Amino acid sequence: MQAPIGARLLHLVPTILLVTIIVFALQHLMPGDPAVMMAGEAAGDPHVVAQIRAQMMLDQPVWWQYLHWLDEVLQGNLGYSWRLTSPVLVLIAQKLPVTLQLAAMAFFFAVAIGVPAGVVSAVKQGTAWDWAANAIGLFGLSIPTFWLGIVLILLVSVDLGWLPPSGYVPLTQDPLRSLATTIMPSFVLGNAIAAILMRHTRSAMLTALSQDYVRTARAKGLTEQRVVIRHALRNALIPVVTLGGLQLGTLLSGAVLTEQVFDVPGIGKLVVDAVFNRDYPVIQGVVLVTGLLYILINLATDILYAVINPRLRGG
Amino acid sequence: MRAMVFAAAMLLGFVAPTLAPAPALAAGPTTLRIGLREDPDILDPTLSGSYVGRIVYAGMCDKLFDYDPKLDIVPQLATSYSWKDPTHLILHLRAGVLFQDGEKMDADSVKYTLNRDLTMPRSLRKGQINDIAAMNVIDPLTLEIVLKQPNSAFLAQLAGRPGIVLAPKAAEQEGDKFGLHPVCAGPFRFVQRIPQQKIVLERFKRYWNAKAIHFDRLEYIPIVNSAVTLANLQAGALDMAEYVVPTDVAAVEKDPKLRIAMDTSLANYGITFNVGNGPEAKSPIGESADLRRAFDLSIDRNALIHVVFNGLYTPIGQANPPSSKFFVPSVQPTKRDIAAAKKLVAASGIKPPIDVTLMVSNSPDILQAAQVIQAMVQPAGFNVKIQATEFASSLAAARAGHFQAYMIQWSGRADADGNMYSFLHSGYGFNYGHYSNPEVDKLLDQARIAQTVPERVAIYAKIWKIEQQDMPVSYLWSPKNIVGLKKSLLGFKQVPDGIIRVQGMHFAK
Amino acid sequence: MSASIAQSPPAAHSPFRIGLRRFLRHRTGMLGLVLIVVFIVTALAAPLIAPYSPIATDWNAIRIGPSLAHWMGTDEIGRDEMSRVIWGARASLAAGVVAVLIAAAIGVPAGVLAGFAGGRTDAILSRIVDAMLAIPFLILAIALAAFLGPNLRNAMIAIGISSAPVFMRVARAATMDVKTQDFIEAAIAVGNPPWRTALRHVVPNIVAPVLVQGTLSVATAIIAEASLSFLGLGEQPPQPSWGSMLNAAQQFLTQAPWLAIFPGLAIFLVVLGFNLMGDGLRDVLDRRRRG
Repeated sequence: MQAPIGARLLHLVPTILLVTIIVFALQHLMPGDPAVMMAGEAAGDPHVVAQIRAQMMLDQPVWWQYLHWLDEVLQGNLGYSWRLTSPVLVLIAQKLPVTLQLAAMAFFFAVAIGVPAGVVSAVKQGTAWDWAANAIGLFGLSIPTFWLGIVLILLVSVDLGWLPPSGYVPLTQDPLRSLATTIMPSFVLGNAIAAILMRHTRSAMLTALSQDYVRTARAKGLTEQRVVIRHALRNALIPVVTLGGLQLGTLLSGAVLTEQVFDVPGIGKLVVDAVFNRDYPVIQGVVLVTGLLYILINLATDILYAVINPRLRGG
Repeated sequence: MRAMVFAAAMLLGFVAPTLAPAPALAAGPTTLRIGLREDPDILDPTLSGSYVGRIVYAGMCDKLFDYDPKLDIVPQLATSYSWKDPTHLILHLRAGVLFQDGEKMDADSVKYTLNRDLTMPRSLRKGQINDIAAMNVIDPLTLEIVLKQPNSAFLAQLAGRPGIVLAPKAAEQEGDKFGLHPVCAGPFRFVQRIPQQKIVLERFKRYWNAKAIHFDRLEYIPIVNSAVTLANLQAGALDMAEYVVPTDVAAVEKDPKLRIAMDTSLANYGITFNVGNGPEAKSPIGESADLRRAFDLSIDRNALIHVVFNGLYTPIGQANPPSSKFFVPSVQPTKRDIAAAKKLVAASGIKPPIDVTLMVSNSPDILQAAQVIQAMVQPAGFNVKIQATEFASSLAAARAGHFQAYMIQWSGRADADGNMYSFLHSGYGFNYGHYSNPEVDKLLDQARIAQTVPERVAIYAKIWKIEQQDMPVSYLWSPKNIVGLKKSLLGFKQVPDGIIRVQGMHFAK
Repeated sequence: MSASIAQSPPAAHSPFRIGLRRFLRHRTGMLGLVLIVVFIVTALAAPLIAPYSPIATDWNAIRIGPSLAHWMGTDEIGRDEMSRVIWGARASLAAGVVAVLIAAAIGVPAGVLAGFAGGRTDAILSRIVDAMLAIPFLILAIALAAFLGPNLRNAMIAIGISSAPVFMRVARAATMDVKTQDFIEAAIAVGNPPWRTALRHVVPNIVAPVLVQGTLSVATAIIAEASLSFLGLGEQPPQPSWGSMLNAAQQFLTQAPWLAIFPGLAIFLVVLGFNLMGDGLRDVLDRRRRG
């Protein structure tokens, strides 16, 4: 179905270039003047805004600004945040671990909910169990993440007072508190992925359960539990895990809203704030890095999939 | 679905007991954690433009002068000042003040800082102090500032961001990256900042006023979502929140460990009409002062404040709130009078319904206020269409003149000039509607030259009289500074500028 | 793929009639359809069933909890929450459906073109799609919505454009799948021009997967519209939309939780409806799935 891996690596270059061009075009199409945003309370002085604009080279043509930025990027310089003057790379290095922690924990929730639900619904196909597992899957797909976030804050933090509603603490500083502050947002984030994993697991399990080796195992008189876990699940998990990898892109995208609701200082919040403040270098840098991550993860997943599933190779 | 939420709650409950929020007062160093309503921009006093940035500076950088709770200018790094004549200001500086890098503060450092404000290409301070013609160091603790022309608002600038004195060596070395590790002469020195997460400061032991400082660390934590701010206060994860929304006041007061400190603020909200900025000024409301007055008359400010802000804010009819020294008592907020409004509409000769597009930024409380106004002005014959616009877009649209009416806030200054000049003088950046009245321009300039407060207030009274006729801006309300804090946190003195001064604050033993 | 080869070229309508019959027996799919119909009827009949005007304010009844007079309570400026939820169905359904139509109108022709033409056309179109997919969906939609100006129509366009790549992928895959089949090769061998072959033979064959994707995408689009409104980039006040109602509700979580509960529940139910129906459609229409 897909082009050979070598060709796909080559495709990476124009794709990522296009990503940067789209982002550059979009941010310049957006109304709003970065110089005014930077001037803030000083924008009442007409000279201030003009001077900032000149300093930031905002009065240059857009294509020139783009080439200038690209030139810097090729030299390994993602530039400086206009609003914070921090190097964009440092900002990303500060924020990416937060989002990755969130994504990893979300992935954990997704697997912990999605895989067992998928297995149960496949093994108990057509029963109330199947129906319940499907309901969990549909729940995850249908519930708006930000609403689930609000409801959880309401329930767990406000009513029960069990968990802090926000206030991220890095894992390295205080692991327990770190988990406490990220458990709700990652659950919310993982919930949607759980549904997708559940569906994949279910169909992969159904396929696996009808395979010869499972029938052989059954014939050997193994308990049903052993058959399911040792034989069917092991084989079913291969496509599930690779497909799960593809969902990392969804996780990154989903983090944007989840971080907003829970006030988690991750990459999603960084980029949304940058959009609202018109901090162009940060928008460009973040989209470049996450876009690259997304493309590379997709590529890696494809390769993995091709390796595991030789039928697809060169197809 | 409910079962699912419940299950999730159960799952979380499993680990919860061990994860209860850490106690606020762990043994060891005392930390004061202050919640901010948003993340400040760069922490370089020359380059920063955000309101909340000023709150962080109060913990880190002393100024030449400061404001006391009555908004009187009081000494800080300067001990006194005198005007030799209206253009020659003599500053006497405090002796023995050290910057956080050990450098000594003297007249040269003040001169260096003001020069930096005047010359740095991206400086946002230029407009505030560009009346400076020259600076002469008379002795290490005496600086003479020569102004190009008399400016009665100048001293107030030295109690604002331009009055922050920077450590020259560090500033020179870091250049435009100084904001990443600022060094000043304040009570706490910069340790670390993770944007959108926290700003950490630690006690500067050789601070000139060290005996007034009772914390070892200071953390500023930006939290945008008001519900999250409230929950953090209740959970003890914040010692103090710089801003609590009016609708959360009751919840804070109900908490036995918390209290509310509420004081007037300097900020104002109003509707700016486009009376002369581009073709869109050619709307009925842009062209007819009668209609603008009718619009103003249709708004019931008290009811609006009651609905949206739990009745806590103050109705206004001028830019300077009642707490200001420059408040003109004869200019009272407009009382709603629909009959009078209808008469004005009839007098304008334009047949209702009169379409007015009201641009507002899309924050929930402002949207709420806009919808209330929409309903209030309808009986007078106005058909308001609300245009909720993302903030940066709304600013751009306002500057470009793509609006008819724009509801916007100003954080406010203690000196009236900072609330009026750029807003009502022709050609200035906050005068979005390009209101231009030569008489008002002249009066605003006169007020800058006038030397005493009563003299200036008399001039402002004249301006407001004209303003209420022309109605380029319909002033609506002045918010309150609502601070939520632990009852155990003592010594907090509120100043209407909303800046939190940590001097004298301490936890109960 | 053997099953699909065995199938005959599309005889007019019959697969759809079979599909329809199967769908009518698909229990959860029908449940979805019923949910959707309920919401559509609610949206259309809003003026008849809403107990109050959705924009009538009562400043003496601000944030009153659910009661007999106001089943879902009143909102932050004293409007009847239930009436707003009912009227809000219009914005959400319109946003979902229109956005998907826009997405399909861009994505499907591009996908068919890429799949059918192959070669350089395919490469270029595929790179564009890859690039768009590599930008987080919401960031793309936020930027587009800010660019176009925040209102419901522009939110639909923004979501439509941002979701177009998915349709392009689906249409491309389906086209390539169909292209390899005997009857297409036969049609080209007989001397039909490619565009005619595409129109007459390919398009009918990709309707099923596009329909399935479309139904599922309506669900995503409704959530996206709610997300944009939640960030203040959607429907303009005072017109109600579930997302903007949630946005306003956020600051009253503790004092007036019902303001957050009901609009969220409405989004959940209508999205659930589209997901159920999409699943059902896939079960009865997707040939590969049924093997």
